[in-house]
Amino acid sequence: MKDKRIQKKIKGLTDSIGKPVKLMEVCGTHTVAIFKHGIRDVIPKEISLLSGPGCPVCVTAIKDVDVAIAISKMNGNILSTFGDMMRVPGSKQSFFHAQAEGANIMIVYSPMDALKFAQENRDRKVIFFATGFETTSPSIAGTLYEAQKAGAQNFYIYSTHKLVPPALKALLDSGEVRIDGLILPGHVCTITGCRPYDFLASDYKVPSVITGFGAEDILQGIMMLLEQIASNRPSVEIQYKRAVREEGNPKAVSLINEYFEPCDANWRGLGSIPQSGLKLKDKYSRWDATKQFDIDIPDAQEPKACQCGFVLRGIKIPTDCPLFGKTCTPERPIGACMVSSEGSCAAYFKYGRRDK
Amino acid sequence: MDRILLGHGSGGTMMHKLIREHFAPRFEMKSLNDSAVLEGVSKGKIALTTDSYVVSPIFFPGGNIGELAVYGTVNDLSMVGAKPLYITVGFILEEGFPLDDLKKVLSSMADAAEKADVKIVAGDTKVVNKGKGDGIFINTSGIGIIKDRIDISPSRVKIGDKVILSGPIGNHGISIMSERNGLTFEPPVLSDTAPLNSLVRDMLKITKKVHAMRDPTRGGLATTLKEFATDSGYCIIIEEKLIPVPSGVKGACELLGLDPLYVANEGILVAIVSPDVTEKLVKAMKKHPLGKDTRVIGEVRKAPEGMVLLKTSIGGTRIVEMLSGDQLPRIC
Repeated sequence: MKDKRIQKKIKGLTDSIGKPVKLMEVCGTHTVAIFKHGIRDVIPKEISLLSGPGCPVCVTAIKDVDVAIAISKMNGNILSTFGDMMRVPGSKQSFFHAQAEGANIMIVYSPMDALKFAQENRDRKVIFFATGFETTSPSIAGTLYEAQKAGAQNFYIYSTHKLVPPALKALLDSGEVRIDGLILPGHVCTITGCRPYDFLASDYKVPSVITGFGAEDILQGIMMLLEQIASNRPSVEIQYKRAVREEGNPKAVSLINEYFEPCDANWRGLGSIPQSGLKLKDKYSRWDATKQFDIDIPDAQEPKACQCGFVLRGIKIPTDCPLFGKTCTPERPIGACMVSSEGSCAAYFKYGRRDK
Repeated sequence: MDRILLGHGSGGTMMHKLIREHFAPRFEMKSLNDSAVLEGVSKGKIALTTDSYVVSPIFFPGGNIGELAVYGTVNDLSMVGAKPLYITVGFILEEGFPLDDLKKVLSSMADAAEKADVKIVAGDTKVVNKGKGDGIFINTSGIGIIKDRIDISPSRVKIGDKVILSGPIGNHGISIMSERNGLTFEPPVLSDTAPLNSLVRDMLKITKKVHAMRDPTRGGLATTLKEFATDSGYCIIIEEKLIPVPSGVKGACELLGLDPLYVANEGILVAIVSPDVTEKLVKAMKKHPLGKDTRVIGEVRKAPEGMVLLKTSIGGTRIVEMLSGDQLPRIC
């Protein structure tokens, strides 16, 4: 079996490195996949896997949830969003709770569904709450293109899109945790390619591998990182070659760049990170829900005692938090990392609570 | 197009006409008294169950709400080892519901009852104002009889018992989700909705050492196994590579970020049985059309108590927990 050969190689490399290795998986899908495949059980104890800031739903700022709920309660408005946003708590309630109180919120599987609904219900204003990394932003840009073409007058975007590279830069700049290697998100890189990550190796000397999500992908990604560490030659490599090209998907990138521009963004648990979000360009403000609906809501405080900020930065693991599994559960999440199924606390809760 | 009107639930002539023309003939109701009077339920223990069906869309690849309502109740009775006999049906119809759709649902229920060899003996219809329902809701209740020596309950689960699964997982949930969201798969994923009573009958002919049995509907296989583990106080360990997941289900789950272990089924069962009868039982189940993919997927151990563990394909282990609510598709 191929994965057995990889496991053997990982063992050999770990022995030759001869000290503990800390790897961080950036993406929430990786966190879940690592648990699902039982990766920790088949790699040497010297390798620890830390979860990074990589679930866009989790890091959606409390204030954005509050503002979106307020918009959804305005007469004639319908807020549409992806399913896993529904449980994310605002300062007082989540979309689910607001919906139960009568706010108009609907789950869609694609922003195009929201646009279609808008076109079929011209007496309503349909706002799409857009959240996600570079993987989802092209589909939002594509939907805007269609909305523009169709002349849709009652469709809006509330963008809370985030960018991965600035968050990684902020993480490394803080210097709070030693990271020996980064497992980079395969899905995001299908869009961006690997160039936006080159700084990791050139400026910060951190080995990085763009990795897929199968068991063998992840093991191979870890093996490639260990090879870089052992030879002390940090670079940005692609393990997930069947999906990721070096140049990414230039068409998708140019679509994003047509409609969006980077802006400073607030990450739940991490605070403000420069140039880490995407907002609609001024010439498209007609579609921008943050400009079209006048909502004045105070800034929200993040819950005290919650350790998500430390978890997202790889300083603590979820079980270090006093709230974990007690007052903070997937049913009643308090912190960012518990809210989406791909948050690191939710993954620890679901798969690994009583892990060795 | 003929539609359901509020008057169809009024108790007056419109309702009587609806019942006489559409309900009674399909369900072989001979008299329309206030209660059905039943025979043949006095021997042995009686099993009684009820369930409501609100599935949307009501027609989906591989089935519809009508047959689901019949099979669901037949299966609930079967899972305690009962022979299902009689079913009652309650309809809540929304004003404006197309009569043609109602006819389709009723015919499908009649066919399902015939296929499952049960009789629909009593019913009720209410009509609610437009906007107060979702077309059609159905409640079915059913009774069956359990032979004396049969006792199926998680409290009988023992260490060393084997876990048997009768077929591939995830088909029903994915067929509903794909219909809801306009997703198509090649080949299409069809609901597995089916009556399991004849499969159970064949199983109980072979052995009475079926200790626990359930059909893993909402919450999927994971939830059912976790219920077994919690109720019995033992650990259930299953192997990922032994659990059949059809390629369409696998693809859809990858696309939507779902875990097939938590996706609903309507035509499979999972049983915990004594190890000495396992081989014989699996062989017998494989002969039944609904059990041809039957296999052992795991076993019962003492510890860790109340937990379900899954051995992954690469040799790791993970915990299988219940979900807090619905599985929600992820975004990336």
